[in-house]
Amino acid sequence: MSVRHALLALLSEGPKYGLQLRQEFEARTGEVWPLNVGQVYTTLQRLERDRLVESDGSGEDGPQNRFRITDGGHDELARWLRTPPDLSSPPRDELVMKILVAAGLPDVDVHDVVQTHRRYLVELMQEWTRLKEYAADRDLSFTLVVDAELYRLESVVRWLDAAEGRIKRAAFDAATSVPSALPKLPRRVGVER
Amino acid sequence: MIALELVGVSKVYGEGPSEVDALRGVSLAVAAGELVAVMGPSGSGKSTLLTIAGTLEQATRGEVLVAGTAVSGMSRNDRARLRRQVIGYVFQDFNLLAGLTAAENVSLPLELDGMPARAARAAGVKALEDLGLGERASRYPDELSGGERQRVAVARAAVGDRRVLLADEPPGALDSVNGEAVMRIIRAACQRGVAGVVVTHDAQLASWADRVVFLRDGRVVDQTTPPPGPESLLAPSQKL
Repeated sequence: MSVRHALLALLSEGPKYGLQLRQEFEARTGEVWPLNVGQVYTTLQRLERDRLVESDGSGEDGPQNRFRITDGGHDELARWLRTPPDLSSPPRDELVMKILVAAGLPDVDVHDVVQTHRRYLVELMQEWTRLKEYAADRDLSFTLVVDAELYRLESVVRWLDAAEGRIKRAAFDAATSVPSALPKLPRRVGVER
Repeated sequence: MIALELVGVSKVYGEGPSEVDALRGVSLAVAAGELVAVMGPSGSGKSTLLTIAGTLEQATRGEVLVAGTAVSGMSRNDRARLRRQVIGYVFQDFNLLAGLTAAENVSLPLELDGMPARAARAAGVKALEDLGLGERASRYPDELSGGERQRVAVARAAVGDRRVLLADEPPGALDSVNGEAVMRIIRAACQRGVAGVVVTHDAQLASWADRVVFLRDGRVVDQTTPPPGPESLLAPSQKL
């Protein structure tokens, strides 16, 4: 979450005070990401240094200081909104590691391991859904943030479902396979150009 | 109070070498006011569990109790009455009657049960209004969108004084807003005291439930513990 760009976005609506920025940031993100005052002022200082915002105060940070966005700030905000975050390389996911390890160990019931994680994820999703139910569409920002979290957790559950299916099928194939006359496929993964 | 209970329910399809165990000793108790989701991969037995709970099929072994009464000793007529009066069932493909309007579809179980047509129709329209479908009451199923048909099916299942509401795979992933609307309706019914069971492979739909039961190879293998209050995720520690 880029606090820097979130503050620029709030300032693009008009000049604001530091404390006001903090309150509005928390309200707009459904109060899911708390922000302390120190973070707000440090970020504003850096934005001012980079000439993306300017203040009408005497250079001292304080509640009396009001900030406004510069033309450079508007450009930076527009650029950031349209720049996709870097999702190109898969993260080193701890859960994926655990399942890979479990699938390779003979004494571990991999289905049991998968189910333990699945239950935990669904329990988390139940909590988020309960929050969404209480918010009942009154707060769009909050509902969007909760939806994002629910989709993220759901994708992990779906991966667990798929992984469990694959592991089950692989075990079945290994138990029933007879030596095959088919040529082996190359093990290398990737596209040759 | 337990409104629906399955005790050691097994279901075997076919016989001899082609015998398939769809359910193996499943026990599940759902309290009045509770919503339970049953999750499991295809072939895990979830749909069989629901049709047996809904008395549409009979268990090979074990017992189903609806509002405390064992289903196995009932005559066909008694089971049919149970389905009209006590159990609401939302089918995967909705099973609306094409020749009846939305309101007539909803009021049908009440009329079949002897309620005067005018009163039944009024109750049907009221149920549709509660789901935001008042203006569509006189439309036929083929004039409704998929989401509207589904809500009509839920209205039909919940109309009258039902004690148990069973829903088979409400489509969620295809249309998450509609899936959510349907789950809100089902939860509202449960908050009025109905015992609900939703069968799904969709974790987002399941997460609307008070309790999620996991089924694998015809057995209950696990279940969630009831979630703490909504404030837990926004505690000062902040999980994000």
